[in-house]
Amino acid sequence: MNSLKNRPTLLFAALLPLLLTMLLTLGMPRRAQAEGGPRVIEITAKRFAFSPNQITIKKGETVKIRLTSDDVTHGFFMRKLKIDQEVEPGKPTEFAVTPQEAGTFTTICDHFCGVNHGNMNMTITVVE
Amino acid sequence: MKDVNRRSFLKMAGTSIGIGVLYSAFPAAAAKGEAGEMFRLMGKSSGEQVTPFTFVQLSDAHVGFNGPPDPLGTKAFERAVQMVNQLPQRPDLVLFTGDLTHDTEEKDVHAQRMKQFMEISRGMNVPLLKCVPGEHDAGLDGGALYRDFLGETHYSFDHRGVHFIALDNVSRAKPEVGPEQLAWLKKDLERFPKSAPIVVFTHRPLFDLKPEWEWFTSDGDDVMNVLAPYENVTVLYGHIHRDHEHEEQHVHHYAARSLIFAFPDPDKVPQKKPMPFDKDQPFKNLGIRLVHENFAGKAQVNSVNVEDVELTAREFSGINGIQQILRNPNL
Repeated sequence: MNSLKNRPTLLFAALLPLLLTMLLTLGMPRRAQAEGGPRVIEITAKRFAFSPNQITIKKGETVKIRLTSDDVTHGFFMRKLKIDQEVEPGKPTEFAVTPQEAGTFTTICDHFCGVNHGNMNMTITVVE
Repeated sequence: MKDVNRRSFLKMAGTSIGIGVLYSAFPAAAAKGEAGEMFRLMGKSSGEQVTPFTFVQLSDAHVGFNGPPDPLGTKAFERAVQMVNQLPQRPDLVLFTGDLTHDTEEKDVHAQRMKQFMEISRGMNVPLLKCVPGEHDAGLDGGALYRDFLGETHYSFDHRGVHFIALDNVSRAKPEVGPEQLAWLKKDLERFPKSAPIVVFTHRPLFDLKPEWEWFTSDGDDVMNVLAPYENVTVLYGHIHRDHEHEEQHVHHYAARSLIFAFPDPDKVPQKKPMPFDKDQPFKNLGIRLVHENFAGKAQVNSVNVEDVELTAREFSGINGIQQILRNPNL
């Protein structure tokens, strides 16, 4: 009887890591987990915004960013995270990022793309 | 030469000033003593005697922009032209450090804006106008329209013993000068002795002022490395729509205010947003910097006092005409 009573608790304990993982990723942007590889984060650039406009990465975690443009050539630049990329429409670009410090990093389009180019940015949050 | 304060190469003077910054190269008083010796050496080594002259830097008129926040269009630019013409000493030249126009994808409209910029500029009673493009002039078409109106986007010229270098850090769409222009710069400088007085004018800052706001040039370090052997270099730029002075090694960098709207201090606000328009002070934080030279006749004690000047216009303040108001240098 005791084993039957404890069954839900054991089940919960077994599923806890899975639940935690789900919670950690909940609310994060559209992304995929490459099998055996780093987490993949998909970002779309379209004048004059990035979607999503905020992502979270753990310090020391290597993620792969897959960057796509829906219209014209865009840049993707954040010097402190050693990111300096360009993406052309129809030619997605992929690159790895491994943040070494926690913080909030404003990442900009640094390829002039039109009248509101100066406000095209997003935030990369790096957590401990 | 190394004992001479390098600031003495380019003094900024402001006995009177219009919108923008009035620079005075080699004021007459500096021809004395040690500074005078420096100028003689420079003249001897560069082959051209350095003689005193003044010039004005204007920046970021964004012709075609009409708010928000600033609904006044070209009014500040037109005031600047008037003020330049009212200077008691006519400047030899005006340097315009980019964003002459505001961009648009309609090529005809952009051409019309460039034409309007030229028309307003021609109202200045100065012998020489030299420009570089900003990203709003040249970012979308690689500088094609700019070249149609104003010629090459990078070049150099000599004036009264000073070597001026126009650098283009916008036409490649990215904030960069690029390898071809760097090679050109090295070659351009070859003929000059290390003591030659050099003024570089460009649009974006050549150092990392605020990369998150695109206030940088990605290969700015490469540019500065090419310039490093030269002892008397001053860099003038625009783009940031506010005053800024920066000294790195022996090079001084000065930003001019804009003629359309101001940006705030990036250390004090999280977002890059233009400062709000104030109809009672429509030119607040625009354009003006009054620089008093405090030259005591000794080259070693050159100090520059900077004061900001605001303009107000009659139609908004009730003051008859434009009035200069001394204010705290802090925005």
